[in-house]
Amino acid sequence: MLIDVHAHFFPERSPRSDWRAYNASRLRAGERIGITLHVTSTLGTFGFTSPTYFPSPDDVVYGNDFTIALQREHAARIRGYACVNPNYQDHARAEIARGRSAGLIGVKLAASRRADDPLLDAICDTARHHGLPILQHIWQGRRRDWPGQEASDGAELCRLAARHPQVSFILAHVAGGGDWRHTLAVVPAHANVYLDLSGSGVDSGMLEACLAAAGTERLLWGSDITMDTGWAKLRYLKHILSPADFELVAWKNAARIFPPGSFPSD
Amino acid sequence: MRIDVNAFLGGYPFAKVPGTSPKDVLAAMDRAAIDEAWVTHLPGLFWRDPPAGNAWLYDTCREFPRLHPVAAVHPGLANWSDVLREAVARDAPAIRCDPCYCALAPSGPEMVALATAAGAAGRPLLLAVRLEDTRQRHPNDVTPELPAAAVRALIRSGPAVRLVVTHADRGFIEEVHFGSTPDEARRIWWDISWIWGPPEEHLATLLRTIGPERFVFGTGQPLRLPEAAVAKLDLLDVSPEQRAAIESKNAAAARGGQR
Repeated sequence: MLIDVHAHFFPERSPRSDWRAYNASRLRAGERIGITLHVTSTLGTFGFTSPTYFPSPDDVVYGNDFTIALQREHAARIRGYACVNPNYQDHARAEIARGRSAGLIGVKLAASRRADDPLLDAICDTARHHGLPILQHIWQGRRRDWPGQEASDGAELCRLAARHPQVSFILAHVAGGGDWRHTLAVVPAHANVYLDLSGSGVDSGMLEACLAAAGTERLLWGSDITMDTGWAKLRYLKHILSPADFELVAWKNAARIFPPGSFPSD
Repeated sequence: MRIDVNAFLGGYPFAKVPGTSPKDVLAAMDRAAIDEAWVTHLPGLFWRDPPAGNAWLYDTCREFPRLHPVAAVHPGLANWSDVLREAVARDAPAIRCDPCYCALAPSGPEMVALATAAGAAGRPLLLAVRLEDTRQRHPNDVTPELPAAAVRALIRSGPAVRLVVTHADRGFIEEVHFGSTPDEARRIWWDISWIWGPPEEHLATLLRTIGPERFVFGTGQPLRLPEAAVAKLDLLDVSPEQRAAIESKNAAAARGGQR
């Protein structure tokens, strides 16, 4: 059993004319890697009619509809997050409820609002009400604003997590750019923050440092947009972890924080 | 047979990196089923006189025959042609100079002279586009990345010049390859360490558009896990012959067939 907690599939209304090939490639590579379930989020139209990290309400609905349809079409392979833009509070909360009733199993917050902003509190309350974890896009060690997103770093997410101890937060792509050491300095004290190991980075020593900071029970395997580096980290984890600990990272930790019944082996 | 053309020995100045000793790198090679590696003395890249690390590198490679020395040459130092001659005498598969780390103009007269002399000596010049993701570099590590224009200029500097370029991504490779004549492009080899696999399929695309003969297996270890390069290959649908070319035969062609 292997759960990829950070996957993306592209919808037709996106800037990618190769969206079908891209999606097929993910499923094909997943078969080869042995991924049982891809947990995906659709960030609106990924920039086609509103910015990827600031999706309009209409695009949020379009993206979540696509995720729901994917989950239905590939019931044995795909699960989904409801992606929301917290600047539209009522809409965001309604989308979480709609997504949950349609079978989505988590909430995705991209970078529409800083993670420690009070506007996110209502989103967290709604996620808690539905028993959903929140996957938060993170820039590791943000030292300035980056164009196209209101990115947050680990410290900012941990401030939010401290306000919502009953919600599980997935700190996205610790290997996805920025200084992961900055993130690892803040996560040890926050038991409801889980590290998603996805990202293109394969730095030596990074996985050992993640283990030291969060322990095996707070690591989640994922790939994001580079499945080769995800597979590499998985292979290395198999080398450094006991079989029981490897299973925690590969799927058992995920099974614990997503709603019961989300995965076949629950 | 699997040859890693992009490996290092020794510490990195900007971060604590485990597994940098020769024995550790050999253990990582065993883990990833890598038979041989072309190795660079990593700390020396940051020294004023990078070739000062070569003596240790030669001794180490003599002790561990699976490792082959990629000698550092600094063409801004007066004795650089002696350093090149020694590298050839020591059977180095390639020599390297990372001009941005030496504060040299990447395609300036010193680099052109080095590329030309290395070509005349039958050795490829190896250059890295980067060593780390720009987004995570140490705040004081402000060395520019190698520009694609420099690679185009260097390959045009002489018909015997051969280049092995590591840590390049798809856009960089395409810009240089299709910005070169077929003869020029045939004298450049690209390591796969920084090229994305699925679902973006950058490596599969490049193998289709440029051809497998231009690519060599490289990892960037010990800064990076060597498993990543192996995983890229395992996710490709290529023939055993094409895979063997990437894993070892193209590296032999890059070094000019000399052993």
